Amino acid sequence: MTNEEIKEYIPTLAPAATFDETGEWLNVIVSAEELKPLMSALRNGKMQMNYLFCLTCVDFKTHLNMVYHLSATTHRQSIVIKANLNREQPVIETVCDIWSTAEFLEREVFEMFGVHFTNHPDLRKLILEDDFKGYPLRKDFEDPINMIKL
Amino acid sequence: MYNQTEIIKDTSELGADGELVINMGPQHPATHGVLHLVVTLNGETIKKIEPHLGYIHRSIEKMCESLTYRQFIYVTSRMDYLSSHINNLGCALLIEKGIQIEVPDRAKYIRVILSELTRIASHELWLGAMAMDLGAFTPFFYAFREREMITDIMEDTCGARLTMNYIVPGGLMYDLHPDFQKKVKAFITQFKSKVTEYEDLVTNNIIFQSRTKGVGILSAEDAISYGCTGPVARASGVSCDIRKIYPYEVYDKVEFDEVLETAGDSFARYMVRVKEMNQSIRIIEQLIDNIPEGDFVGKTKNVLKLPKGEFYTRVETARGEFGVYIVSEGGTTPHRIKFRSPGFSNLSVLNHIAVGGKIGDLMASMGTLDLVIPDIDR
Amino acid sequence: MFSLEGITTSVQDWLLMKFDPTMALAIECVIVILLSISLFAILGLVLVLMERKVAAHIQIRLGPNRVGPGGMFQTVADTLKLIMKEGLVPDKADKFLFNLAPFVVMMVGMLLLAPIAFAKNFQIWDINIGVLYISSVSSLSVIGILMAGWASNNKYSLLGAMRSGAQIVSYELSAGFAVLTIVVLTGSLQLSEIVDAQQNGWWIFKGHIPAVIAFVLYIIAVTAETNRAPFDLAEAESELTAGFHTEYSGMRFALFFLAEYINIFIVCAIGATLFFGGWMPLHIGNWEAFNHIMDYIPSSVWFMGKTFFLIFLIMWFRWTFPRLRVDQLLNLEWKYLLPISLFNLLLVAVIAILGWHF
Repeated sequence: MTNEEIKEYIPTLAPAATFDETGEWLNVIVSAEELKPLMSALRNGKMQMNYLFCLTCVDFKTHLNMVYHLSATTHRQSIVIKANLNREQPVIETVCDIWSTAEFLEREVFEMFGVHFTNHPDLRKLILEDDFKGYPLRKDFEDPINMIKL
Repeated sequence: MYNQTEIIKDTSELGADGELVINMGPQHPATHGVLHLVVTLNGETIKKIEPHLGYIHRSIEKMCESLTYRQFIYVTSRMDYLSSHINNLGCALLIEKGIQIEVPDRAKYIRVILSELTRIASHELWLGAMAMDLGAFTPFFYAFREREMITDIMEDTCGARLTMNYIVPGGLMYDLHPDFQKKVKAFITQFKSKVTEYEDLVTNNIIFQSRTKGVGILSAEDAISYGCTGPVARASGVSCDIRKIYPYEVYDKVEFDEVLETAGDSFARYMVRVKEMNQSIRIIEQLIDNIPEGDFVGKTKNVLKLPKGEFYTRVETARGEFGVYIVSEGGTTPHRIKFRSPGFSNLSVLNHIAVGGKIGDLMASMGTLDLVIPDIDR
Repeated sequence: MFSLEGITTSVQDWLLMKFDPTMALAIECVIVILLSISLFAILGLVLVLMERKVAAHIQIRLGPNRVGPGGMFQTVADTLKLIMKEGLVPDKADKFLFNLAPFVVMMVGMLLLAPIAFAKNFQIWDINIGVLYISSVSSLSVIGILMAGWASNNKYSLLGAMRSGAQIVSYELSAGFAVLTIVVLTGSLQLSEIVDAQQNGWWIFKGHIPAVIAFVLYIIAVTAETNRAPFDLAEAESELTAGFHTEYSGMRFALFFLAEYINIFIVCAIGATLFFGGWMPLHIGNWEAFNHIMDYIPSSVWFMGKTFFLIFLIMWFRWTFPRLRVDQLLNLEWKYLLPISLFNLLLVAVIAILGWHF
C-alpha cells in the first residue's frame, strides 16, 4: 500500500490521526485513547502488521511521546505510530495482547519513563532494582552521585 | 506518581502446591553472562521461568545522550561484544544516512568482510559454549582454535581482540594490515577442513540429537509475535535476514543463501547457525580477492551534527536484528537513542518454550537461543 | 624373567624360617594391608594424572606439565592442598553419617581389591564365588552415596544422591548379566578358573558374538555405575546441583574423589579379567614361536596393560560424548540394555550347551 492509500485508510480507524512524512517512514500521530483500536485493526485488518520491532518513548520537555515501529512479514512495509502523553499522568493501553514482544518492552518503558500501561499482565521493574526511585530516562532526572555533567 | 506497591505482583504465590522455586545464576556456568532466572519446578518439570535482569545495566541509552555522534558508536561494542563490528556498523550506517556521507567502495567491502568474520567468530563461541552446557567438553576447544585465528586477524588490523573500535562514520579508522588477505585465506582453508570435525563430533552424535530434537519448540507465529529475529526465528521458518530483505553495504552484490529450517526446535536452531557459518565463508570468499583500491574513509567534518528528525537503521548481527533509533534535535549529541537489541526479544520467548519441559531441556533451549546478557541489559 | 609370584614365594619362605606359622601369617596380613593401601594411593595419583593428560590431549592442549617432569607430581600437590583445606561440616548435618559416608565408599573399593588377580598366583583371596562376591560388594557403594546425600541436610544433595542411587541400581542389572555370560561360558564363579580357561585364547575372541555383545554392555553399564560421563548427570557442573558431594570439602572430598577413580580401576580390572584374560598373555592358536615371545612379557604387565587400556577407553568416552538426560539414561537401561542382556544370556546358554564356542 502506498502512503496515500494508508493516509486514506487510517482515518477510518482513528479519525483524529495526523500524519508526518518527513522521516523515512510514514508517521501516524494519534491520541492515547485511539491507540488500542488502531493497533488491533492494523494487526488483524487488511494491513496484517504482525511484527512490532521497536517500542520506545521519547521525552520532549513538554510531553512524552510513545513510538511504535510496525512492520509486516508479508509485504515488508513499515509504519510508525506515535502517541502523545501527558507528562504528569502518562497512561496508555497496553498492546501485549496483540504482540507478545510488548510485554518486556513496555516494562522497560514503565521503569525508565514512568508510563503506566493499563491491563498489562505484569507491570513491574525489569532492569532497575526494585527500590529504585525516579524515572531515569526522563530529561529532568537528577542523580548527584552517579550523573556527571560534562 | 502511581503507588508502586499496587503494581508489584504478590510474589508469595510462587512456591504454592509443593513447587520448588530455585534460582539459576547470576553466577552459573550455563547462563552466559549474568542472568538470574527464577525457575518454578514441579518435580523435574518447569512451571514458570522469570528472568531477573539488570546485573550489567550500564544505562547506555542515557549515557549516549551526552556523547557526541563520533563517540557513541563504540559503546555499542560493549553491548553485544561478540558482534562488535556489526553493531558499530549499524551506528555508522545511521550517521551516514543522516548526514548523507559518501562511503568509498573499499571501505564497504572491508566492512562486510569484517562483519562476516565477526559472525563466524560469534557462532564458533556459541557452538563451544552450547556443547559444554550439554556436557561435551571437547568441541569448546576445537571451536576456539578457529576463533583464535579470527581474533589474531582482528588484532593485527584493528588493534583489539574483542571490542574492536575500527569502523567510523564514513569508512574505517585506518587501512588494513598488509597480511590481512593472506591470513583470511589461510583461515578459510583451515575452516573448511575442520568443519567436518564439528559434524562428526557434535551434529551426528546421537546423544546430542536426542537432547536437542523436539526440545523447546517455537512456532512461526509465536516467533513473530515475540519479536524474535535472527537464527531463532529462521529456525521456525520465518524469513527475516536483514541482509536479504533490506540489503546494506555490498550484500546485494554477493551470492549467499538465507538458511531456513522449519522444525523450530533446538536442533533446528543449531543447524541454522552451523549452516550460517558456511554461508559467511562463502561471502568472504567472494569478496576477499576483489577489494577495490582507493580511500578507506570518506570526507567528513570533524564535528558531526545530525539534522533535526528521526532516523532508524537495522543490521543483521549474529543474534538477530540490531536496530538503532535516534531522535535528533540538530545538536552535536542525540536527544534520544534507542538500541533495539535482538537478545531482549529472544529472551522473552524463553518462558514460552521452556515451560512444560525438564531442567535438562532448559539448558538446551537457553544454549540455542544464544543470549548475551550485556546486549539485553544495556 | 621378572615375576611377582617369585617375590611372594621367597618372602613367605623367609618369614616361615624366621617366625612360627601364626606369627608369619599375621605379618603377611599386615604386609598385604600395607600394600593394598599403598596401591590404592598410588593408583589414585596415577589415574587422576592420567585423566588430566588424556583430557588435555583430546582437547588439543597439554595438561599439567610444570609440577615435576611431565607433570608427574601434580596429583601429589593437589592432595596436599586438599588435606590442608578446612573440612567444613554443615550445621544441621547428621555428623556421624556425614563423616562415615566417604569411608563406606572407600571400604567398598578396598574390599573389591581382594579377589582380583594382578599376576600369576598373585591374588589376595581366591574365593570360589569370586564373581558373586564382586557383584554383591560393589552394590554396597550405593549405601555410601545415599548416606552422603542424606547427611548433608541439603535438598540438592539429596536430589543428586537419589538420582545417583537410581542410576547405579539400574545399571547393576546389565553389568551383572554381562558378567554372567562369561560365567556360563566358563562354568565357574572362581576368578582363577576363569583366567585359566582363557589359556588358549581370551573369552572375547573365543566367545565370539555373545562375548562381544556382553563386553559392549559391560562397558556401558560400568560407565554408568561409576557415575562417569556420559552418565554423570548427578554430578554435572553445568546442571543445577553438584550432586551428593556438594557439601564435602577438604579431606572428605578427596576421599570421594579418590574412591571414584579406584572404582573405575576395579571395574576395568574385572572387565580385563573376564573378557581379556586377566594376566594371560596373548596366545594365538598354535603359533608356538609367537606364544613363546608373548610369554616373556611378565603377567603383571599384561594385566596392567589391559586394565589401563580399558580405563583409557572409559576416559575417552567422557571427553567425547555430551551428557544424557536423566530420563534418557533410565530409558536406555530398562528399555534397551536389559532386554538385550537377557537375550544375550539365552544365546550364550545355547552356545555353551551346543559347544559352539572355541
